[in-house]
Amino acid sequence: MKFSRLILANLFRKKVRLLLTIGSFAVALFLFAFLAVVRDAFGRGADVAGADRLVIINRTSIINPIPLSYRDKILRIPGVKVITHNNWFGGIYQDEKNFFPQFVIDPENQRQVFPELIVPDDQWNAFVKDRQGAIAGARTAERFDWKLGDRIPIKTTLYGGGNWEFNLVGIYHGKRPQDDETQFWLQWDYFEEHVPERLKGQIGWYVLRLNTPDDAVRVAKTIDDEFDNSPYETKTETESAFAAGWVKQFGNIRFLIVSIGIVVFFTLLLVTGNTMAISVRERTSELAVFKAIGFSDRAVLFFVLSESIFIALVGGVLGLLLAVAAVPVLTRALSGLLPNLILAPQTLVLGLIVALFVGVASGLLPGLGAMRLRIVNALRRV
Amino acid sequence: MVRVDGTGKSDSLIQVRGLTKAYRRGGEEIQVLQRLNLDVDKGDFVAFMGPSGSGKTTLLNLLGGLDVPTHGSITVAGDEITHMSGNKLTHWRARHVGFIFQMYNLIPVLTAFQNVELPLLLTKLSKADRRKHVETALGVVGLAERMNHYPRQLSGGQEQRVAIARAIVADPTFLLCDEPTGDLDRKSADEIMELIHRLVKEYGKTVLMVTHDPVVARRADITLHLEKGVLVEAGDLQSVVAGGTA
Repeated sequence: MKFSRLILANLFRKKVRLLLTIGSFAVALFLFAFLAVVRDAFGRGADVAGADRLVIINRTSIINPIPLSYRDKILRIPGVKVITHNNWFGGIYQDEKNFFPQFVIDPENQRQVFPELIVPDDQWNAFVKDRQGAIAGARTAERFDWKLGDRIPIKTTLYGGGNWEFNLVGIYHGKRPQDDETQFWLQWDYFEEHVPERLKGQIGWYVLRLNTPDDAVRVAKTIDDEFDNSPYETKTETESAFAAGWVKQFGNIRFLIVSIGIVVFFTLLLVTGNTMAISVRERTSELAVFKAIGFSDRAVLFFVLSESIFIALVGGVLGLLLAVAAVPVLTRALSGLLPNLILAPQTLVLGLIVALFVGVASGLLPGLGAMRLRIVNALRRV
Repeated sequence: MVRVDGTGKSDSLIQVRGLTKAYRRGGEEIQVLQRLNLDVDKGDFVAFMGPSGSGKTTLLNLLGGLDVPTHGSITVAGDEITHMSGNKLTHWRARHVGFIFQMYNLIPVLTAFQNVELPLLLTKLSKADRRKHVETALGVVGLAERMNHYPRQLSGGQEQRVAIARAIVADPTFLLCDEPTGDLDRKSADEIMELIHRLVKEYGKTVLMVTHDPVVARRADITLHLEKGVLVEAGDLQSVVAGGTA
């Protein structure tokens, strides 16, 4: 394009300012990508939830147990295909900062209820046979460099406290990138055997699969009605609703993140708009010359917009590339605290669209000003 | 022949009739130009002189289609420009007018070559043809060797020569020069005037120039004096049939 040299020459007339403006775009887009990744991570529970799964917790709170004896009653309700139960173990591996979620699972039905978490058959069989057996998610195993056959000591202050030891007999992988691969599973029988008498026969929550997702509302109501007015009333909801409710305990994360994002972009818009306004004002007489020698108002607007869009896209791409490089590092740094951090392609596309929007918006006002410039007035401003 | 009585030939290159320009300032109307008539033929070299505020630059801006008159008409090569739309006027300027400013007004981030090429970017010329035209224009002003220099690497006189090259590169119908030597020393000013004179004599260019400097004005074929918005005196009485308002 014959105007490209002209646009580039104008862009590079103040190199430091250009670098700083591109840098501010890059930082903002990096922040955008990072916030989007964290927001997605918090919301992933709902995203990965099976449409045909229901979660049953104690109506008072999830930390209150439910009797194991409910299992058979629930299983008899029409529409329920299979049910499993979990407990939160809450142990510490070596140091508190080495957090990862540990669940007591029911080996009998775990795989039927969570088919997306894949354990090789031989490892699963080894787990079922070994009461002290444990299965770790691939990310957790990688994080601590665990190998099959390792002895994993975990200390807990719950369930009577003490050090528990497990044999790592399996490593599971998620079918999808967003599946949580940080969990650590231990056997119900081993757990039940070691907890104090008063805690025996009590589980943390049930997860069941339905024959069809269409039954969700009916089955949930039937379950809660079944145990209404009992010492352990239940609250049954879809897995996605449960996950969303879980995230809500941290506050309105989505709102917080979106708010921060909006503030960042509004600030970026002001900074870039101001930069472009200064840049145009410095060139008032030059723009007047362009118009005098026959460049149209639209051409002048095009020049200004091209510059702001160039800055936005270069800064945006740099910021997003930085995010692509940084997210795996952050994932390792935050291991266990959040599920997999995934920078989705949609986030990158959205980031570029946002950068483009800010580029156009920040160049539009100065560009319109340049477009409306009266040549005779501007030529006097030498 | 230049005439200011409104009786020029109908085929004059530039015909100005009853040209009036008034501004409003603080509720008061100020008449900058009052019912001017002017006829300029192809190849004429006209200098406008007059004290500050007499309307010289305003007249030049109107002739160049940079401003619109309050009343009257300007016709250039048969085109009546006073009623053209903004877009049409922009295209007209690109085709018909070469501007030379007092402060040169080169684009500092572009080389001499790129500055001269600017008006050609608005044409359909190929890159190779643009290069030929630019080299020719820079050759005419004697700066072919310095085409890759930036304005900051040139003297004032050289900058003005680049500006002249930019003004002539698209072969406009006429050149408008607003104090072309106003920012130059005498020697450089003489060189610039020699160049402009050569453009008229050798290349048949039509030049209308505003200046404060009588020495510079003497290089023109004729000098017209503007006073309080009225053409009141002719520098070459033999060439001007009548002075003053119509």
